[in-house]
Amino acid sequence: MQMPSPNTAILARKAELAAKLSTVLPLDALIQDEAETRAYECDALTAYRCPPMLVVLPRTTQEVSDVLRVCHQMGVPVVPRGAGTSLAGGALPTADSVILGVARMNEVLETDYDNRVIRVQTGRTNLSVSGAVEEEDFFYAPDPSSQLACAIAGNIAMNSGGAHCLKYGVTTNNLMGVTLVMMDGTVVEIGGAHLDAGGLDLLGVICGSEGQLGVVTEATLRILRKPEGARPVLIGYDSNEVAGACVSDIIKAGVLPVAIEFMDRPCIEACEAFAKAGYPMCEALLIVEVEGSEAEIDHQLGLIIEIAKSHNPVELREAQDADEAGRIWLGRKSAFGAMGQINDYMCLDGTIPVTELPYVLRRIGELSKQYGLGVANVFHAGDGNMHPLILFDANKPGDLELCEDMGADILKLCVEVGGCLTGEHGVGVEKRDLMLHQYSPEDLEAQLKVKDVFDPQWLLNPAKVFPLSVTEGRRAVELSK
Amino acid sequence: MKKMMLQPKSETELVEMIAGAGGPLCIQSGGTRGFASDGEVLSTRGLSGVELYEPGALTMVARAGTPVAEIETLLAEQGQRLAFEPMDHRGLLGSDGEPTIGGVFAANVSGPRRIQCGAARDFLLGVRFVDGMGQVVKNGGRVMKNVTGYDLVKLMAGAHGTLGVLSEVSFKVLPMPEAAATVAVVGVDLAVAVQVMSAALGSPFDVTGAAYDPVERRAYVRIEGFAGSVDYRVGRLVADLARFGAVQQVDDSESLWRCIRDVSAFHGNAGDVWRISVKPSDAVELAEQLQAEALQFDWGGGLIWVLVPAGTDLRARIAVPGHATLMRAGAETRGRLGQFQAEPAPLAAISAELRAKFDPRGILNTGLMG
Repeated sequence: MQMPSPNTAILARKAELAAKLSTVLPLDALIQDEAETRAYECDALTAYRCPPMLVVLPRTTQEVSDVLRVCHQMGVPVVPRGAGTSLAGGALPTADSVILGVARMNEVLETDYDNRVIRVQTGRTNLSVSGAVEEEDFFYAPDPSSQLACAIAGNIAMNSGGAHCLKYGVTTNNLMGVTLVMMDGTVVEIGGAHLDAGGLDLLGVICGSEGQLGVVTEATLRILRKPEGARPVLIGYDSNEVAGACVSDIIKAGVLPVAIEFMDRPCIEACEAFAKAGYPMCEALLIVEVEGSEAEIDHQLGLIIEIAKSHNPVELREAQDADEAGRIWLGRKSAFGAMGQINDYMCLDGTIPVTELPYVLRRIGELSKQYGLGVANVFHAGDGNMHPLILFDANKPGDLELCEDMGADILKLCVEVGGCLTGEHGVGVEKRDLMLHQYSPEDLEAQLKVKDVFDPQWLLNPAKVFPLSVTEGRRAVELSK
Repeated sequence: MKKMMLQPKSETELVEMIAGAGGPLCIQSGGTRGFASDGEVLSTRGLSGVELYEPGALTMVARAGTPVAEIETLLAEQGQRLAFEPMDHRGLLGSDGEPTIGGVFAANVSGPRRIQCGAARDFLLGVRFVDGMGQVVKNGGRVMKNVTGYDLVKLMAGAHGTLGVLSEVSFKVLPMPEAAATVAVVGVDLAVAVQVMSAALGSPFDVTGAAYDPVERRAYVRIEGFAGSVDYRVGRLVADLARFGAVQQVDDSESLWRCIRDVSAFHGNAGDVWRISVKPSDAVELAEQLQAEALQFDWGGGLIWVLVPAGTDLRARIAVPGHATLMRAGAETRGRLGQFQAEPAPLAAISAELRAKFDPRGILNTGLMG
C-alpha cells in the first residue's frame, strides 16, 4: 500500500511547530519524543505503521481549535485519532503529520432523561456512554465489537454499527448534534437536542467522513430506555443456503429481531475450540435475539422457531436462562479473538443485499480454494454486513499481499452483487484504492467537493478514503514515486 | 399565468434539461409540499416506476417521480410500509397533485413515528441525482449498512433540490405491525402532557407516537407490534400514566394518527402555518412565547405546528434553541421571512459553499434554502 511521501519542508519545521503548539497547550499535552510518538504509529490495522511527527492530546475544544489553527497556518497535515481501534487504518499517521488524539476529552457534559439525550466529549468510550446512564436503565444503542475501547469520536468518524443495529440503527441514526472544529480553528455547533436540525443535513455528511471534514469534540447522542429483557436462540443448519433462506423468511414474516448473527463452519470450529460455548458442529449457525417482556419474547421466539423448523435445522437451542443466553453469545463475541489465536487474519466488512447471501458465500468458498487461504465467515446477517476473516501467516513472505488480493476480490464481489465495500469499519487506507470499483470518478468528485468546502487545503487526514491518484492534485503533500 | 414546465421522461433527458437550462429552475416533483422558487418549473414527475423491491431484504429502489400511493400499495401487498410515516401536505396547504417518493426524500418528510424509528433521511440508502451542471452522481447503494465514502445521501435528503435533482432513490422499508393501539391521557395541560409523553417515550414499551392536542387537552401515546404484545404494553402504560390523569383507550388509532400526521386541525383555517423543531422540554416555555391562534404538538413536544395571523414573523418570538420553517403563507410573507430559518453564520457559509460547488450557476431552487 502506498502512502504519500512526507513533505520535507514540513519535517524541517518540526521544532518551530512544536514551539508554537507549546504556547497553546499545557506541557503534558504535546508529545515530541520519538520513543513516545511511536505509540501512535498505527491503529488496529497493525500491518501498516508510521510514527507521526508530533502528537497532541488536548483536553478542551478551545485547545483543539488552537492546535488546528496553528497547523493550518503552517500547512501541516493533521490526523485525528479517537481510541485508535480502527480496522481500516483511519488513524494511520504520515511522518509529516500531527496526531490529534481526543482520548483525554472523556467527560459527560449533560445527561437529560426527559429529552432522552446525553452530551459527551468524544474521547469517551462507547461502552462508558451506556455506563453513564445505566443507573436509570438507559443505554446508547450502537454497539461495535470494540465498544469497550473505541471512542465516540471514532464511532462518528466511521459511522460505526454493531450487532444490534438491525433494530436501533448505526451511529448516524443516533447522533443528534456535534461541536465540530474546522481545520482553520473555527468552532461550529450543528444540531442539538431537537430533532432534524435546520438547513442542509451537515450532521449527516460529517458522520462517516473519517476525520476529513473536521474534528468532533462534543456530541449529543440519543439514549434509549433498556428493553425489559432480551433472549437469543441458536439455530444450526447443514448448509449456508438454508440458513440464508431462514434469515430472509424471518424478516419477511414481520418479526424484527434486534440481532441476527451468522457463523459458518470454519468460524464455528474456531470459536468452539477457543470459547467452548457448546456450539454444534454444522455448516451454519444463526443467533437470533429478540427483546421485550417475558411473554413478548416467548411469542416472537415462537414465531422464529416455527420458521426455523420449516427449514429443518440440525440444532435449535432456546436460552432457558441468562447463563445459557450468555453461552450462546460467548462464542460469537469471542470470534475475532478465537481466530486471532489460531492465525493471523484480515477482517473484511463488505455489505451485500441479504438475498445474495448464499451466492456470495459460495463464491467466497471458491476464492478461498483458488488463493489457498482459509476464510471464516461471521457477520450480521439481518442487514447483510459480512465479516469474512481471511487467514494468513504474517511471517510467510508474500502471504499478506496474497491475503490483500483475495480480500480485494471478495469486496469487488460484494459490489458486483449490489453491495458495498464497507458496512461499518470505514474506508481508511485499507479500502481506499478500491473506491473506483464502487464509484465512478464523477461520483468521487462529488465527495471531494465536500472536502474542498470544509478543508480547502486538504490538511485533515488527507491520504485516506480516496485513491491517492484521485486526490493528488488537491493534497498539499507530494506523492512518492 | 401558468409557468412553462420541463418534464423529463428519463435521467438522460433530465441531464440535458439541466445542462441546457438558460436560467433558474424551480425543482418540483408532485408539487404538493409548498416549497417553490422562481424560475421555470422542472418536474421529476415523469421519472416514475419502482425498479426493484426485495421484501426479504427490506429494500426498494424507485425513480424519483413515483407516486407515494403506488409505493404504499406495493408495500402493503407484502405487509410492509414506509415506517417513517411521511406526511401528506395537501390538506394543510390546499395543494393538489400527486405526492412522490422523490419529494418525500428531497424534503425529508417524516411523521409521528420519527421519534421511534427515525426520519426519512434515516431510511434513505442510496441516491442518483443530477447536479447543477448536468452531471449524474450516485451515492450510497441499496444495502442497509454502508460507510463507503461520504454520506451524500444524507446531504441530499432535505436539500430540497438545491444541490441536485434526485432521479432515483433506494430506501429501507419495514414490516407492518400486526396491531396498533393508542391511549389518551385526558384533561391535561401542555406542561403535564410533555411529562406524560416524556414518561412514555422513556419507558421500555417502544412507543411509536407521542402527540398532544391542546384543544381536546389530550396527550396521545401509540403502541404497535404483535397483538399480544400491544395489549401487554398498553396495560403497563395505562397503569403507569394514570398518575398524570384519567387514561382512556382511543377507538380509531389509525385515523387519529393520520390526522396528527397531516395536521388536520389546521386544514382550511385562515392564517400562516409554521413548523417548529425544539427540544421537547422547551415546548412549554416556547408555547407561551408564540402567542399563537392554535397549536398542535407531536414528537413528544419536539415538533410544534403553529397557526398565526398572516404575515406574522414568528421567528422573532422564539427564544429557545431550534428552528422554524414557514410552511403555509402568501408569496409576500414567504419572500420577506424566507421559508427556512437562516443558519448561524459559519454554517450558512458552509451551506452556501456546498451549493456553489454542486450548483455553480445557482439555478437549482435558487434562494429557497439561503
